[in-house]
Amino acid sequence: MPSEAARRRKGWAFVVPALLWTLAFFIIPFVVMVMYSLWQRTGTSLVKAWNFDNYASFFEKSHFVAGLINSLEITALVTVISIVLAYPLAWIIAERISPRWQRLALLLAILPFWTSYVVRSYAWLLVLSKNGYLNQTLISLKVIDTPLEIAATRVATVTGFVHFFVMLLTLTIYANLVQLSPNYRRAAADLGANGFQTFWHVILPLTIPGVMVGAFLTFVLCIGDYITPQILGGNNELVLPQIIMLQITRRADFPTAAALSIILMVVISIAYIACARWLKMERT
Amino acid sequence: MHKSTITSAIALVISMTAQTGHAQEEINALVWCDHTDPEFVQPFEQANNVKVNLKDYEGTGTALSIIEQSQPGDWDVFVVDGVDVPRVVEAGLLAPLPEDGLPTADLFPEIIMPETHVIDGKTYAITEKFGYNTISYNKNTVDAADMQDISVMWNEKYKGKIALYDYYLPMIGLVAISLGIDTANIQESDLPAIKEKLFAMKAVAKQVGEVVSSQTAIATGEVDILVGGGEWVTAGLTGELPHLDWIIPDQGAVRWSQSVGVFADSKKPDLALKFVQYILSPEGQARLATSSCYWAMPANSKAGDHLNDQQKAALRWDDQKGYLANSQLYPVPSAELDAKMQDIWTEFLQQ
Repeated sequence: MPSEAARRRKGWAFVVPALLWTLAFFIIPFVVMVMYSLWQRTGTSLVKAWNFDNYASFFEKSHFVAGLINSLEITALVTVISIVLAYPLAWIIAERISPRWQRLALLLAILPFWTSYVVRSYAWLLVLSKNGYLNQTLISLKVIDTPLEIAATRVATVTGFVHFFVMLLTLTIYANLVQLSPNYRRAAADLGANGFQTFWHVILPLTIPGVMVGAFLTFVLCIGDYITPQILGGNNELVLPQIIMLQITRRADFPTAAALSIILMVVISIAYIACARWLKMERT
Repeated sequence: MHKSTITSAIALVISMTAQTGHAQEEINALVWCDHTDPEFVQPFEQANNVKVNLKDYEGTGTALSIIEQSQPGDWDVFVVDGVDVPRVVEAGLLAPLPEDGLPTADLFPEIIMPETHVIDGKTYAITEKFGYNTISYNKNTVDAADMQDISVMWNEKYKGKIALYDYYLPMIGLVAISLGIDTANIQESDLPAIKEKLFAMKAVAKQVGEVVSSQTAIATGEVDILVGGGEWVTAGLTGELPHLDWIIPDQGAVRWSQSVGVFADSKKPDLALKFVQYILSPEGQARLATSSCYWAMPANSKAGDHLNDQQKAALRWDDQKGYLANSQLYPVPSAELDAKMQDIWTEFLQQ
């Protein structure tokens, strides 16, 4: 029988690779990013003077703050619309489609993940542009006379995002729905609940964890993306990741980009804490 | 059978050794996308048994980021915005070029630009291609006469039909020209007036985009006018989309140029120089001018001998004298003014 010390050594042997991985690919890069955020870019040189000027400039420059507000507004809109569309879709796949066809339905659900999001965004541009398929169809059906101005607007950005994230949320909600025991429904029926009451008071609360996991993933991926707003939004309003990219590509200003990235990380962390508390995920 | 296998293995080893003995040399070039066209680079590679590894970028800031993240000696050849040459020379990135090895005398005189390429008596770069940031438009949908006045950039008549090129220097330059300010003399005190006009442009614009989305917007009919465009947008498309045209307004336009030099810490400076010489040769210039990424005027006036009439017409070869006279270089702001211009541009995008 192995001694206590031997068991501990074995335990550490399993843990150390993960710790080293986290150290190398998260802790050290994060520390470097924090250091950069406290330095300054002047002309073509990096000035290693430690201060909070880059953070102060975020609050001083209204277009930086507006970038964060745009990011939050678009992300909130995308998350809510995606949930509203994904829940019924997941429910139909889980409850109304035979197990034989569920696999095909799930395959169709994940198809958008197989395409590069750059290609997907340009494809949406072809659909939504003034002479795109949507306008051509509506005009030929005599629904409208003049083309709708959708491309290069927030509507186009949100559409591109929702197309992707509905699929993500469908998967997380579906996974939650199929894990529910049929006994919940039977018990609710025994107690006199009709179909809607069973859904509202039993099924929906039990699937909230799946919704929240998908919503949090949507929030993180959406608020950090700059490609879709760049292509579909027509640069008519900037989100914070676009402003971060501008600091790097136009100025090689890594310190300001690092400070803005950390501010974005703080926002995401707040969202995580909010979700974790709501889902009672803390382990006590 | 066994003997034949051994013989084959020995032959393979000998052939591999022989190939190693004549290993192909490589150079690394940090370039604009026009250099990545195989039609342009392959003749040099084949003639010199060399592999040119190309990394394309947009904007000098991006190039500086890439260089900062590289090891000294990683890069051999650098294609950079002409107005940024002093900036990169100051940063110690470029090596002096041998003047007797460059065809400077064959270049169009207006784009030799010794004020940016010659520093302390040494030549660090040479212009390889140039063009204009001006007005591109769809002949079928707009009144061509309106395009002759630079105020079309904020003309309410074309509200929602204008795309703006997303690069602050030429766009601020165009606005400065519209206000009667020389692009070489933009001061901080001029910025409020420039900002006001930029915001007026944004108010009537449909979108602001980089090269690909700007080209896509005008090519697909999403917009009818591209401010900041020029022959680099339309010349390569004239065959398929003959309704696209461009003009230099009466008040003038901004002239851009790209320069090429050899990195100071290149490990293969001779081969790098040879590549620069190929780029500046009449043949190389003709191929670069008509690169699949974008077309624009070659710096070497002798490249015309290698372009056909159709290509020269698309490039407006015969009109260059007038265009050069009625265009001004990109603004070359100090680091402080540049930061303020970029802040205004970000604010403009956020409108």
